[in-house]
Amino acid sequence: MNDTMLTGSLLDEMENMTLDELAGICSCKTEWIIELVNEGIIEPRGQSQTEWRFTGNCLLRTRTAYRLYQDLQINVAGIALVIDLVVEVNALQARLRVFETQ
Amino acid sequence: MDFRDYYKIMGVERNATQDDIKRAYRKLARKYHPDVSKEKDAEARFKEVGEAYAVLQDPEKRAAYDQLGSNWQAGQEFRPPPNWDAGFEHRGAGAEQVDPAAYSEFFDSLFGRQPGAGGGGRQNFRFRGEDHHAKVLIAITDAYTGAKRGISLRSPVVDSDGHLRMKDRVLNIQIPKGVKQGQKIRLAGQGSPGSGGAEAGDLYLEIEFEPHPLFKVHERDVYLELPLTTWEAALGAKIRIPVPTGSVEMRIQPNTSADSKLRLKGKGIPGEPAGDMIVTPRIVLPQADTDKARELYRQMGEQLKFNPRSHFGIITDE
Repeated sequence: MNDTMLTGSLLDEMENMTLDELAGICSCKTEWIIELVNEGIIEPRGQSQTEWRFTGNCLLRTRTAYRLYQDLQINVAGIALVIDLVVEVNALQARLRVFETQ
Repeated sequence: MDFRDYYKIMGVERNATQDDIKRAYRKLARKYHPDVSKEKDAEARFKEVGEAYAVLQDPEKRAAYDQLGSNWQAGQEFRPPPNWDAGFEHRGAGAEQVDPAAYSEFFDSLFGRQPGAGGGGRQNFRFRGEDHHAKVLIAITDAYTGAKRGISLRSPVVDSDGHLRMKDRVLNIQIPKGVKQGQKIRLAGQGSPGSGGAEAGDLYLEIEFEPHPLFKVHERDVYLELPLTTWEAALGAKIRIPVPTGSVEMRIQPNTSADSKLRLKGKGIPGEPAGDMIVTPRIVLPQADTDKARELYRQMGEQLKFNPRSHFGIITDE
C-alpha cells in the first residue's frame, strides 16, 4: 500500500507538448505523428514542425489512432474516418443519456 | 490454471484454414476493439481473441497446441504434459506486435514468456510497460468539491526467479474539482513496469459519474426535472430545489410552460467557465378522482375558454 497522494494531469487541459514529447508518451515514431497531422487527425498549434505544440486531446487521438493501426491494420485515411464516427457516436450517446429520461 | 479453447474463442473449427482464422480474427478484432466497440467486456474479449490469434496464426504454435488433443474443455483445470512441445520450435512473438505481458497464464505455461516480455535474462530486449486504463466512478458532488479515490490495479511483474506474477497495488488518487464526465487523467509512469530497463507504462483514468436519481450531467451542465403543479406554473411560485451541493430557492415566473428551460447560471460543475444548472419544468396534473376535483376542472373548462388546439385551424361547433 502506497500512501502518497497522486495527482495526474487532466488530458484536455494538457498543452504545449512537442512532437518528440508526444511520440515519447505514445511510444510511436515521429514520422507516424507527422502522417496524422497531414491527414488532419490531430491539429497542433504552430507552423513548422519544430514549432508544433500538441494538446492532451491530440495525445488521446494519437493513441487511439496507433491502436487502430496496430490492431486492425487500418491506414491513416481509414483511421480518420473511424475516429470521426466514434466521436460522433459518443456525442450522440451522451445527448441521449441526458434527454432519455426527460 | 484453466484450459483455454482457442478455437472456440475464435469461433472456428479445429480444421479451419489459416485464411479462415485470419478472417475470424479480423472480424472479432473489429467487433471488440476497445476504441470502437460498445460491448461491455470489449477489452477482455479483445485480449482473449488476440491471444488465441497469436497461437493459431503461427503454424508451429498451432501444431503444438493441437497436439494437446481435442479432449480439453475450456475452463478445465490444466497442466501441460511433460515434454509436450518436444520437436516444436517457437519463434517468439507472432507477427502481431501485441504486448505479450497481456497474455494469460495458460499461454505462458505453453509457450513461455515471450522475448521482450521481460525478465528471463533476455536483457537485449527493451519493452515499455503496458499502459493501464481504469474507470473511476465518482458522485456528481465529487465534481463540485474534488475527491480522493483509492484505485486497485493488477499488473504483471517478474519476480527474482524470472516468473511472472500478478501483483495488486493500490494508488491513492486526487480527483480535481471540476472534472467532467468522460474526462481522462494521465498518471505518467503508473502503468506496468517496463522490462530490460525500459520505462513504465502510463495509467489513464476515465472519469465516470455514478447515475443520480435526480440529476443528469452533460459536459459541465447539470439537468434537473422539476415537477410543478398547474397553478405553480400558471401563477408563478418560489420553490426550493435540490442542487448537488444542497438546495437553492428558485423563482418560477408566471405562465411558465413545460417546454421552457430555466437556467441557473454558474450552478453547474465548477470550472472555467463553470457549467449551469438547467431546470426543465414538468407540469403534473392533479387526478380528477374526487367530486371536488372534477368540479374544479369543470369550472376551469367553462370559465377559461382555453383551446390548446387553435393552431389546428379546425372550426369546432362553438
